[in-house]
Amino acid sequence: MDLIWLIPVLPGVGAALNGILGVRYFSKTVAAGIACATMGGSLLLSVFAFVQLLGAEHREHVVSLGDWIPPIPLQTVNGLGAFEVPWAFRLDPLSGMMILIVTGIGFLIHLYSSAYMSHEPRGGYVRFFCYLNLFCFFMLTLVLGSTFLVMFVGWEGVGLCSYLLIGFWYHKKSAADAGKKAFVVNRVGDFGFVLGVFLIFFTFGTLDFREVAEAAAQLPVETATFGVLSTICLLLFIGAVGKSAQIPLYVWLPDAMEGPTPVSALIHAATMVTAGVYMVGRNAVLFSQAPMIMTTVATVGVVTALLAATIGLVQTDIKKVLAYSTVSQLGYMFLATGVGAFAAAAFHLMTHAFFKALLFLGSGSVIHAMNDEQDMQKMGGMKLYMPVTFVTMFVGSVAIAGVPPFSGFFSKDEILYRTFLDNKLLWGLAVLTAGMTAFYMFRLIFMTFFGEYRGPSWGSQNGDDHAADDGGHHDDGHAHAWHGPHESPSLMTGPLMVLAVGACVAGFVGIPAALGGDNAIEHFLEPAFVAESAAHSEEGAHEVAHLSHAAEIGLMAFSVLIAAFGIALAYHLYVRRPERSKELATNWAGAHRVLTNKYYVDEAYNATLVKGTMGGARGLWTVDRKVVDGAVNGTGWFTRASAWVSHVLDKYVVDGLVNLVGWVCAEGSYIFRRGQTGLIQNYAVAALFGVFTFVTVYLVARFVGL
Amino acid sequence: MMEITTVHYTVLSAALFSIGVIGVLVRRNIIIIFMAIELMLNAVNINLVAHAHRLENLVGEVFVVFVIAVAAAEAAVGLGIILAFFRNKETVNIDEMNVMRW
Repeated sequence: MDLIWLIPVLPGVGAALNGILGVRYFSKTVAAGIACATMGGSLLLSVFAFVQLLGAEHREHVVSLGDWIPPIPLQTVNGLGAFEVPWAFRLDPLSGMMILIVTGIGFLIHLYSSAYMSHEPRGGYVRFFCYLNLFCFFMLTLVLGSTFLVMFVGWEGVGLCSYLLIGFWYHKKSAADAGKKAFVVNRVGDFGFVLGVFLIFFTFGTLDFREVAEAAAQLPVETATFGVLSTICLLLFIGAVGKSAQIPLYVWLPDAMEGPTPVSALIHAATMVTAGVYMVGRNAVLFSQAPMIMTTVATVGVVTALLAATIGLVQTDIKKVLAYSTVSQLGYMFLATGVGAFAAAAFHLMTHAFFKALLFLGSGSVIHAMNDEQDMQKMGGMKLYMPVTFVTMFVGSVAIAGVPPFSGFFSKDEILYRTFLDNKLLWGLAVLTAGMTAFYMFRLIFMTFFGEYRGPSWGSQNGDDHAADDGGHHDDGHAHAWHGPHESPSLMTGPLMVLAVGACVAGFVGIPAALGGDNAIEHFLEPAFVAESAAHSEEGAHEVAHLSHAAEIGLMAFSVLIAAFGIALAYHLYVRRPERSKELATNWAGAHRVLTNKYYVDEAYNATLVKGTMGGARGLWTVDRKVVDGAVNGTGWFTRASAWVSHVLDKYVVDGLVNLVGWVCAEGSYIFRRGQTGLIQNYAVAALFGVFTFVTVYLVARFVGL
Repeated sequence: MMEITTVHYTVLSAALFSIGVIGVLVRRNIIIIFMAIELMLNAVNINLVAHAHRLENLVGEVFVVFVIAVAAAEAAVGLGIILAFFRNKETVNIDEMNVMRW
């Protein structure tokens, strides 16, 4: 267990290798090999660590690699505290489960991507694996981090990788825009998260999860007041809402489908988007002390689940359906955390990771087979062409729809059951959502795999045994000429099959007591959600109210019935009588249009926030141009004007005086200048006249008698 | 036969001096000007001799001897300058003698 720090570091090394050397030197095979090998290594380490954790008496292990931030004196509410952050990783049941999910599904998706991305040019291919590894590095840092700040490093890192991977095909404007949108929307949430972290340090003087939980457990539960714990939880929840795509920040996730499908599967279905749920679960003690925020979480969760499910009903893009389904399932998880069923949320997180990754990868397989066609209206009858994909996706759909004994049934019913105990209204909405989930998932299955083939025709209709040679060498022809839908190569179907098995059996770790199980996962995870002191002292306090087993089974039967109804309706509308669905769409044109346009939320955001921001920016720009530039230009103008004035003064007054002196001299000397002929004889004349004058004066004076 | 008195000498001297002055002032030929200067010197000499005779004082006549000596020296130096100038500029017109003018 002391080597858990290697789990995130291995993919990090892979990313560094591929990023620094690979983009220039590695071949596709080497790059994919490095990426898969590092992920495989951290998967192995995770499994070992997990097995050791199961065997350990005290199921919590912290590995500190040394100081990141040495103690800095910083003001807290209790005077001066030491702000100290070690590079510490914490392995406990919750993070143990998360690393298994991240490395396990991450590894499968790496394998899958090596085939799925094979048409990319070499540079893009290596870049893709660099990003993918980097994502795993950050995601594992996020879940293993022992303090809020280490978690925040991973939190921001996965956001960055999400941005990079959504915009992977950056030459496509829509993809680049979607990446930006995801990044900007996530910033809103991160803002809340980081404020929450500040407040946590200010309140508790530490950022270690366990210490914070212990300290928070000592504070009184804020039932009626909105105190500091509520504020912290609200801020953290804002972060979770951004990362996990809940109302009102869910808009980025559907757009994120612009990224390559394995990215959607790994980041936007199985791991990153669940980081919010994980974070709320990690701070279960804090949230339990703030009931008001818990209610908010549950409400936001269920409303998101319902809203996203309704949008999912009418989408025709296969990935968009899955995206809204993801938003909806995340809503379920928040509903579970909101009613205090943190273990159920984590359980659903796990099963969802299996079947949603499976569904995304399956849809990727279909898209791959259809030559990058994503519109379900142009598919149909695909089960003939790609049986493996069909069967595995069918399993995934059954699992998400909540049909027993597939995994989704157990986790979803645990959530529904706990919600029923807490709040009947929320339960009603959640059950309604469950029915819709079954409907839209089977709508997807039926539109894609059943009925007539509606896609474009291809050159030679005898795409006979193309499915057979699924090895590497069909790549070369594929990019140029499309030979019709075909089964994907075994590197893609392999992960599908593994995930399908997972989607079948993952639920068995959480069989509720009512069905004869012992809900193992709940007991396993429980220590992570309570403060240590509380766990020992007041054992009974966490016992929730129970229904009788019969009533619980009744609830299950009801939700299964709802799911079955959804499936039957989908079958009726899309297989038996496809024309009925079109009739419905025309009969309910208004509702259909609203749903197709996703309640115009994007438009509303555009009209208000985006326009507002742009307007504000434009306003500021105008201020900048008119006032700031005006001041600068005014100064310039004033300088020029005063310079002109002093120029005039200089020219006419100062120069005038100087010139006047010169002019007076010049004019005054004119008369004298005339005398200076330079001719000696003229001077002689003057001298002669001088002599005459003196002689005359002398004679006159003498004779007149002066 | 009219006796020649001091007045006559003085008038002669004045006439010669005036001729000399006018010659210096109006002529352009440096040789002529030079000769006019000699004329003025000699007018002064006549005046000095006449008054020395009238006053029966030999100082005037001695002075005349000095004047003649100085005039001879002056004539030698002046003619030397004129000759040197002529060799350079081939002219004796004082209007063209302006090399020293600023």
